[in-house]
Amino acid sequence: MTVAVVRFGGSNCDRDSVQALSHLGIDAELVWHEDGLPEDIEGVMLPGGFSYGDYLRAGAMAARSPIMQEVREVAAEGVPVLGVCNGAQIGCESSLTPGAFTTNRSARFQCEHVHLRVENADTPWTAAYDEGQVVEFPIAHGEGRFEIDDDRLEALEADDRILFKYCDESGAVHDGANPNGSKHNVAGITGEDDTVAVMMPHPERVSLPDIGAVEGQGVLRGFAEA
Amino acid sequence: MTDYTATVTVRLKRGVLDPEAETTKRALERLGFELDALRSTDRYELDLAAESEDEAAERAGEMAERLLANPTIHDYEVAVERAEA
Repeated sequence: MTVAVVRFGGSNCDRDSVQALSHLGIDAELVWHEDGLPEDIEGVMLPGGFSYGDYLRAGAMAARSPIMQEVREVAAEGVPVLGVCNGAQIGCESSLTPGAFTTNRSARFQCEHVHLRVENADTPWTAAYDEGQVVEFPIAHGEGRFEIDDDRLEALEADDRILFKYCDESGAVHDGANPNGSKHNVAGITGEDDTVAVMMPHPERVSLPDIGAVEGQGVLRGFAEA
Repeated sequence: MTDYTATVTVRLKRGVLDPEAETTKRALERLGFELDALRSTDRYELDLAAESEDEAAERAGEMAERLLANPTIHDYEVAVERAEA
């Protein structure tokens, strides 16, 4: 099991991601985007950061780099792909997942801990949790507001493709617990296949015991589950 | 071939929140200006050589579809004129 953590110019959660995956016994290697995906790769992680300086729109440039064509191809073959933060923006911009992550309602960069409710525990990325369970992950983004037209949002809800929603400590989903104005408080979704997922909160930042919390490990274990 | 300038204007779809425009509007109001609404757009000017105005518009439209706009949140329009010599 080797997961390629794709590094673009401006990625900054790439090493954290490798360290967190390695801690879980999941072999992970950094891959510079220009080098393309290694043969026989068994997972792809698109880490957070500010690829291409967020020019045009966060993730827009990286989504159109040649390696993303390879990522779409292996994703279609069932190789698990996880995009976190800037990786989530890249995932939506490259049509791995629907919708868009755009400017926070506050128009500010927000770096804080948030509560998330597990909406669907029947995916590789959430199998470690129970449906309705509340977890606490950090967010760090200026463009994390999930936008999508109402019809497609209803379809995502109906098809159980929402992984996490922003909620309060008790698990209640409401506007006051929505840090960035995301539609329906959506924090993470799956692609057409649930082996592909994107999310704005950072599981890799709550996966090492030295950091103090390990609630994010379940998401990363999705690579072994998928 | 003729030289054209294609102007691609990209704006958020109606109903999509624009926090930067809201912030800018509030800043104008703090300066004492009165206004009902403010919308921001991105404008790209592309110089290109094409066989016809239609071809220039088609190519600029494709650029908008594939990169300049995100169809999930944006509408765009293309205007083409002959480049000034």
